[in-house]
Amino acid sequence: MRRFTLIAIPYLWLFALFLVPFLIVVRISFSYYELSIPPYGPQLDLSTGWDGVKAFFAELNWENYAFLTGDDLYWKAYLSSLKIALIATFFTLLVGFPIAYAMAKAAEEWRPMLMMLIILPFWTSFLIRVYAWIGILGTEGYLNQLLLGIGLIDAPLTILNTNVAVYIGIVYTYLPFMVLPIYAALEKMDDSLLEAAEDLGCTRTQAFWLVTAPLAKSGIIAGCFLVFIPSLGEFVIPSLLGGSDTLMIGKVLWEEFFSNRDWPVASTVAVILLLILIIPIILFQRNEQKQRETDG
Amino acid sequence: MRRFSWFNATSLTVGFVFLYLPMIILVIYSFNESRLVTVWAGFSTKWYAELMQNTAFLDAAWITVKVGFWSSTLATILGTMAAYVMVRGGRFFGRTLFSGMVYAPLVMPEVITGLSLLLFFIAIDLDRGVLTIVLAHTTFSMCYVSVVVSSRLVSFDKSLEEAALDLGCTPFDAFRSVTLPIIAPSVIAGWLLAFTLSLDDLVIASFASGPSSTTLPIKIFSAVRLGVTPEINALSTIMIGIVTVGVITASLVMKRNVARQKADEVRAAQG
Repeated sequence: MRRFTLIAIPYLWLFALFLVPFLIVVRISFSYYELSIPPYGPQLDLSTGWDGVKAFFAELNWENYAFLTGDDLYWKAYLSSLKIALIATFFTLLVGFPIAYAMAKAAEEWRPMLMMLIILPFWTSFLIRVYAWIGILGTEGYLNQLLLGIGLIDAPLTILNTNVAVYIGIVYTYLPFMVLPIYAALEKMDDSLLEAAEDLGCTRTQAFWLVTAPLAKSGIIAGCFLVFIPSLGEFVIPSLLGGSDTLMIGKVLWEEFFSNRDWPVASTVAVILLLILIIPIILFQRNEQKQRETDG
Repeated sequence: MRRFSWFNATSLTVGFVFLYLPMIILVIYSFNESRLVTVWAGFSTKWYAELMQNTAFLDAAWITVKVGFWSSTLATILGTMAAYVMVRGGRFFGRTLFSGMVYAPLVMPEVITGLSLLLFFIAIDLDRGVLTIVLAHTTFSMCYVSVVVSSRLVSFDKSLEEAALDLGCTPFDAFRSVTLPIIAPSVIAGWLLAFTLSLDDLVIASFASGPSSTTLPIKIFSAVRLGVTPEINALSTIMIGIVTVGVITASLVMKRNVARQKADEVRAAQG
């Protein structure tokens, strides 16, 4: 009996507050917009019994999906989210790998301290970390002041409210997610492997590509997915740092819901976003599983 | 140490400057006299004084802390249960669905979680307010708690529990007097993580909140959209300060406890 309660409580909670809400989104994505409360139809009418249920299902349709695939705006938003997330993930790797590598090579007594320095920003408000860049990247921001001051540029650069600012925001906020898995992979590496490779005639660069890179591979893959997956649906960064032409699907969904109040379209946008995300999520889990098997 | 080269030293320095400089600038400019945030006009704490007068921010901060406390406490209880069920629960009907539901919220985009919860609250006719934010935050942060706790449950020696059962403990007693003390650091870490996630959340709270339940991130977001202000810099500085002190204290305490516990486990194993 105790075991049953122990299982039932978290089970029912997640069922009621995760699965059911999501099924509601799926159901509304097959509905149509209507000026009523709630602003979509059809409504399930059980007073007419079985006929009501039949009428309800007859009225559900794929129209929103057809609309979304037909409309340029949404296609572009999905594609540009993918593009932004990919580019940002690449830059995060570029910035994160040397940090993780250096951490793994640091003296043992330094490592906990370095770890803490990487994790600390993660505990600090995400919103504030994004906000900090507004002051830096603006036309009169600190970066432009500095560059103008040392005479590197003649006119202020426009960075804020462009995609570049979004890349910087993503790299900055998601950096710990990239550094930690790579560090975890590299930390286990035995230095004598590199020595062996060099003894056998490899140059340092060759040894890096033949020994270090393959060993870091699973960490790199994990890190890339940990950055790519959340940044695809990102809302805060594009809306604070991006410009009006920065199209990201999280922002589109938000506006569709809060500004246009079109629940069916917002729900359809959500379902398609999730369908797109399934592929990287499955790949990520495979990588994790493979890693566990080689570890265990 | 042989390979700790200049290259490594440079990457660490550049990396940490990149991570910390934006926040340091924020902190410095919160003490700026001028309202123009990019021009330094002398040291002043007047923005802090002004912030303390701003009741809208103080109210929002209070709501945020309340939501954070209740949701993280609920999430810790539910998440620990979920972790225990997944690691020690054995087989039961719908186990795959259960672990799917525990892991899915971790990868679910916040906008979708927020949208689905809002549509759910409307469907069951629940007025949006503090309660709905607590429910929403509990749901996604319990999954983080269960990941943290289950990683500890997996790594500890199951025979300690079995020994307690052999010695006549009921399963509940065994959990309370053997399992719980061992997993306690991860439960506390889970609570802290849930609390931080709740304090930090803008997107889900925006969907789940009503007009009378504006949380601090919602308030900050609407202020920040209009640009940088010294009040927000001051507020950010306070938040950064609290987090820094909190994390450092927590990690020091945790380090001590983990060391002590490891010693205990070794002693127990040697009998």
